Amino acid sequence: MKMRGARIVVESLLCENVDYMFGYPGGVVIPIFDELYSSPIKFILTRHEQGAVHAADGFARATGRPGVVLATSGPGATNLVTGLATANMDSVPLVVLTGQVSTLLIGNDAFQEADITGITRPVTKHNYLVQDIKDLARIIKEAFYIATTGRPGPVLVDIPANLCHELLEFEYPDHVELRGYKPTYKGHPMQIKKAAEMISQSKRPVIYAGGGVIISGASEELRALVKKTGIPVTTTLLGLGSFPETDPLALEMLGMHGTFYANHTVNESDLLIAIGARFDDRVTGKISEFIPNAKVIHIDIDPASVSKNVVVDVPIVGDCKHVLAELNEIVKAPQIDEWVKQTLEIKKNHPLTYDTESDTVKPQFVIERIYELTKGDAIVCTEVGQHQMWAAQYYKFTKPRTFISSGGLGTMGFGLPASIGAQFGNPDKIVVDISGDGSLQMNIQELIVAVQFELPVIIAILNNGFLGMVRQWQQLFYDRRYSNTCIKCAPDFVKLAEAYGAQGLRVTKKEEVDGAILKALAERHRPTIIDFQVEKEENVYPFVPSGKTVKDTIMRELA
Amino acid sequence: MNQSVMHQYVLSVKVENRTGVLARVVGLFSARGYNIDSLSVSKTQEDDISVITLVVHGDDRVIEQVKKQLNKLIDVIKVTDHTDIPSAEREVAMIKVQLTPQKRVEIFQIAQTFKAEIIDITQKTLTLEIMGHPTTIDNFIDIISSYGIKDMIRSGRISFARERK
Repeated sequence: MKMRGARIVVESLLCENVDYMFGYPGGVVIPIFDELYSSPIKFILTRHEQGAVHAADGFARATGRPGVVLATSGPGATNLVTGLATANMDSVPLVVLTGQVSTLLIGNDAFQEADITGITRPVTKHNYLVQDIKDLARIIKEAFYIATTGRPGPVLVDIPANLCHELLEFEYPDHVELRGYKPTYKGHPMQIKKAAEMISQSKRPVIYAGGGVIISGASEELRALVKKTGIPVTTTLLGLGSFPETDPLALEMLGMHGTFYANHTVNESDLLIAIGARFDDRVTGKISEFIPNAKVIHIDIDPASVSKNVVVDVPIVGDCKHVLAELNEIVKAPQIDEWVKQTLEIKKNHPLTYDTESDTVKPQFVIERIYELTKGDAIVCTEVGQHQMWAAQYYKFTKPRTFISSGGLGTMGFGLPASIGAQFGNPDKIVVDISGDGSLQMNIQELIVAVQFELPVIIAILNNGFLGMVRQWQQLFYDRRYSNTCIKCAPDFVKLAEAYGAQGLRVTKKEEVDGAILKALAERHRPTIIDFQVEKEENVYPFVPSGKTVKDTIMRELA
Repeated sequence: MNQSVMHQYVLSVKVENRTGVLARVVGLFSARGYNIDSLSVSKTQEDDISVITLVVHGDDRVIEQVKKQLNKLIDVIKVTDHTDIPSAEREVAMIKVQLTPQKRVEIFQIAQTFKAEIIDITQKTLTLEIMGHPTTIDNFIDIISSYGIKDMIRSGRISFARERK
């Protein structure tokens, strides 16, 4: 049957089993919206395109399925850029459709025209400008394939308006043929053998697990490796949940605000086993002094991530799940009793600390209470800043896809829309957005979406009246010159919640923390904002300053 | 791994002959603040495949990373580093020099030595075409420049890997 291009778009999405889409209409995409009107796809109208792409991102991270977005040309498309860059850095599969002006008008400075494929080229895994309706279905098929395979990422498809009206026989291809794109899933057997030997001979090994473990669904294999070898595990920010932090061998997060025991153990190790992680500067600190005595095994699906920042002794390009399964078959336990004993000793002696005696509401305390009262079973989304680090440190993650945060790009304003996407993907789960009073205001407009769809998202603002992370740096490195980090004028977040039709709660005393969290948890038909008025100048510790080493760790407030 | 070592690289990149591919390839260099010394693109015996020959100065580690990033581009079929492998390298230059009656014979002789061809001649100017290895062209330009170059254009290098014996 011949159908219009707009219909081909929607039929193609149905062939990809798309059930949720996020986006915003506009002139050139009216034909596609017209087709969506009578389609079974649930379209979530956000209040800004940036909200749509972050919501799709949160949906994808929480479910493992691609997030799908539709926006119009020009400003609709340019509003997506931050969200695309966020997803690109954190390897999140998104298929993002944008309208474009008609092919005859492209390049004419037409109304709402922007060269979005040009603009997004460096921040997408791939993008397309569809030039012929005959290519439309194939390109959408390829977009889903590219977004979800190999190292996942966002793919943008720009669709000129006139193609939506042209007629063509719809035929959805059943496979893709891309001669320049053949991701490697199976690791090289010789390399895996070498890795197994290196592990069994190591004296001070440590596993460094990243987001790749979660993306490839390799948590079980990782646990099996640890069970077999007894090697302690540290995770990156995006690796949180890949290994249960309640396990005695869990060293939790490493890096700039990682635990002292994670950073110390990595520094002392003689073998670092990197799995689906990419040696980010927030992890390594001063690269020339990172792991001075360690050999490195690096398992990653992205060849460009291997030997990028550190010299790798045994690179294994492949999917973490495949590679770990094969490694587990042949690996033998190393003799590391003494090393593990030492490591656990350091873990015991240098725990994460804050002033638990304080009468004020400590942000760390709030996170601990959220962890306890959600029984560690919530999906935790965050914005970016101090609250993000406290969430990473004090919530104990035990399952993959339960911590959703903008790691690579560090996008403020990510958490609220991402938590909405995560809740759509997991209607029965508790979803908490740990937020700051700065970040939340970057995409606060999306609160109405949670109200409209009766999503019980809990937005916990650790409100300190500051853009806290920058303030912390100003305090420590710029002589307390708080240039433009004090939010002198803020809205009343409780009234703001109520104005949107959400529940609004305020906490000013330590004793009120539990009550407010329980009240929010009891509300299952609308979102809740809890305005936790926390200690204003609390800092995130431990802190390895930028470009420094574990030896320079600032453990607590200097007198 | 921190020392910066700058070298000239010659990369041969086989790509899908499609809109936007060149922008993706050169974007990886411009994003790192690298200027491309020369660039040549044309299709191969297969209409849907082009080859880009790219000459760039860069830090060894950065170029290694760029090569991996090039391989990751969906439209890139193959990246070959011609920097250290036996390959035939050619370039064409067209050079317009000032012509004076006194210097005419000298210029002709130099052109003949370099097997440069005359492609245009007027009372006051002579345009020469030379094809050869880029260093030969550099030498020729160096010598001819003393007669006064009015205008010049170079094609950019193409590089063809030699068959391994």
